[in-house]
Amino acid sequence: MTDAARRTREPPLSPHLQVWRWHITMACSILHRATGVALYVGALIAAGWAVALAAGPDAYGAYKSLLGTPVGLVVMFGLTLSWTFHLANGVRHLVWDTGHAFDLKSANASAVLVLAFALAATVSLFGIAAMTGAI
Amino acid sequence: MAGYRTPLSRALGLGSAKHGATHWISERVSSVALVPLTIWVAYAVIRLASGDYATAVHWVADPLNATLLVLTFAVAFAHMHAGMRVVVEDYIQKTLSKSAILLVNFFVCGLAGTLAIVSILKVAFSGAGAL
Repeated sequence: MTDAARRTREPPLSPHLQVWRWHITMACSILHRATGVALYVGALIAAGWAVALAAGPDAYGAYKSLLGTPVGLVVMFGLTLSWTFHLANGVRHLVWDTGHAFDLKSANASAVLVLAFALAATVSLFGIAAMTGAI
Repeated sequence: MAGYRTPLSRALGLGSAKHGATHWISERVSSVALVPLTIWVAYAVIRLASGDYATAVHWVADPLNATLLVLTFAVAFAHMHAGMRVVVEDYIQKTLSKSAILLVNFFVCGLAGTLAIVSILKVAFSGAGAL
């Protein structure tokens, strides 16, 4: 084939998101990115904690009470959920990278498992936090 | 220009620079490291949340805690830089916008990560003196 002939052919376009039936593996893939972006913000909040600690008792107290407000707790809950999901789904990806469990049936089952783990672990962590007086 | 070049001559020099796997592997290595590190951080957050400033300073002044905190910040910021980079490269098409956002991503991760690590080291080295 000549260069000219190759250039006139339009590149194939990906099917648009709206024509796809939603399925759990697709949802997990999108959630992995979304939670990754959320954890980006979470890491900046953690960096802010370190800076406040180095700044002294007043700054640390203010930062800590900010995280303890209702809005702060909702953010912490969202970050915990993002972390537990990204952690479990990340392990799922690492298993795939070894060449295992990449068939449709295993991928669907592990997706359910990852979502269940994320919810259960988040609720458990907040339960532990409430019991130890952290909240 | 038309059809006189052989397929081989068109392909030569356009291939991989032989370091394509570096980014992929560094993402996997950092994720493996972050599994135990972030689990430890979750434990630390719950522990420190019920304590005050003195508790936190005392805890960070422990060499093991300071080391793990510095490692967590370093690996996490490298990992999130790599992850955000892929997201930006996938969704932003214009070369100028893409370059600008990638630059901001690099600077934000570099600045916040370094600031966090220096803060931890300051508390770790001044120890009880910071109280």
